[in-house]
Amino acid sequence: MNFPDSLAVADTLEKATKNDSGWILHHIMDGRTLDFEPFGEVHIPQFPLLFGLDITPTKHVIFMWLSAILVLITFAIVASKYKKTLIPRGFVNFFEVLIVFVKDEIAKPTIGKGFEKFLPYLLTVFFFILFGNFLGLLPFSATFTANIAVTASLAIFTFFVTQAGGIMQHGFLGYFKGLVPHGIPTALLPLMIVVEFLGLLTKPFALAIRLFANMMAGHTVILALLGLIFFMGTYFIAPVSIGFALFIYLLEILVALIQAYIFTMLSGLFIGMAVHQEH
Amino acid sequence: MDLAWLAAGIGAGLTVIGGGLGIGKLASSAMEASGRQPEAAGAIRTSMIIAAALIEGISFFGLVICILLALKA
Repeated sequence: MNFPDSLAVADTLEKATKNDSGWILHHIMDGRTLDFEPFGEVHIPQFPLLFGLDITPTKHVIFMWLSAILVLITFAIVASKYKKTLIPRGFVNFFEVLIVFVKDEIAKPTIGKGFEKFLPYLLTVFFFILFGNFLGLLPFSATFTANIAVTASLAIFTFFVTQAGGIMQHGFLGYFKGLVPHGIPTALLPLMIVVEFLGLLTKPFALAIRLFANMMAGHTVILALLGLIFFMGTYFIAPVSIGFALFIYLLEILVALIQAYIFTMLSGLFIGMAVHQEH
Repeated sequence: MDLAWLAAGIGAGLTVIGGGLGIGKLASSAMEASGRQPEAAGAIRTSMIIAAALIEGISFFGLVICILLALKA
């Protein structure tokens, strides 16, 4: 699989001025280099093949590691402070607000009884996506949630947790029998089976595309607005361009929060629908 | 003459119309409901944001298809 080679500033400039929009995708898609544009770049070395597979970390993989490490460190600090005192202050207090928010507004209303089993998964997904989205807003960084492979993997995790929860609650055959609602005329039964089964598959698909498209669109708009300066070739458009880009950037902060919340809430909803099939 | 570019542009415009209409209707009924019952404004605002994100998700499906078209060109 070919990853795009790194482009130096001059190449980006040349492409933007010539109205060739490949540079926008280069800044959003995965690659083998970490770009620190005016200062140079770091080329990630090729790892040896493991069982014939290429496991070289790419830019997005490195940022996923960073987000995971940040989540681990944060929660290690929060958990250790909770052992000493139940009344948090400062940093721990802030994360207590978020954790209680996920527990009371997302897990409890959507899953209902027995939500404690799924709370670790929901918390992990929420904070991983949140930290990832916010990391993407910093300079010289990449948004790994703007990568369809990452969001598809997260959606597949949700799918597995949902099915596992439903099967553990109702038994293997009982779960699939319970998919089709009670009391429908027998003529509609084959259609309902197909519809419900496909519904199982389309829901994670929508989750993946929603997060991916939201994150990619925000960054694309910002890059396109800033690229307008190069395309027009004049300084006078700079204040307008940067003003709009700043507005979209602030909107991106809101969208980062909202998309993490929506992903977690819909995951909770699907888990709740699988575990409590009577509704 | 590359029709894929044109199709991507028209598709993106139509997608924006659909999403804008949907979210506009949603926002208008949210405003109305908040005006009728100011105490419920917080709950209405939360539900409005959730519904807006879901409608935006649908419009992004169209956006992704338009981007695929534009990239193929």
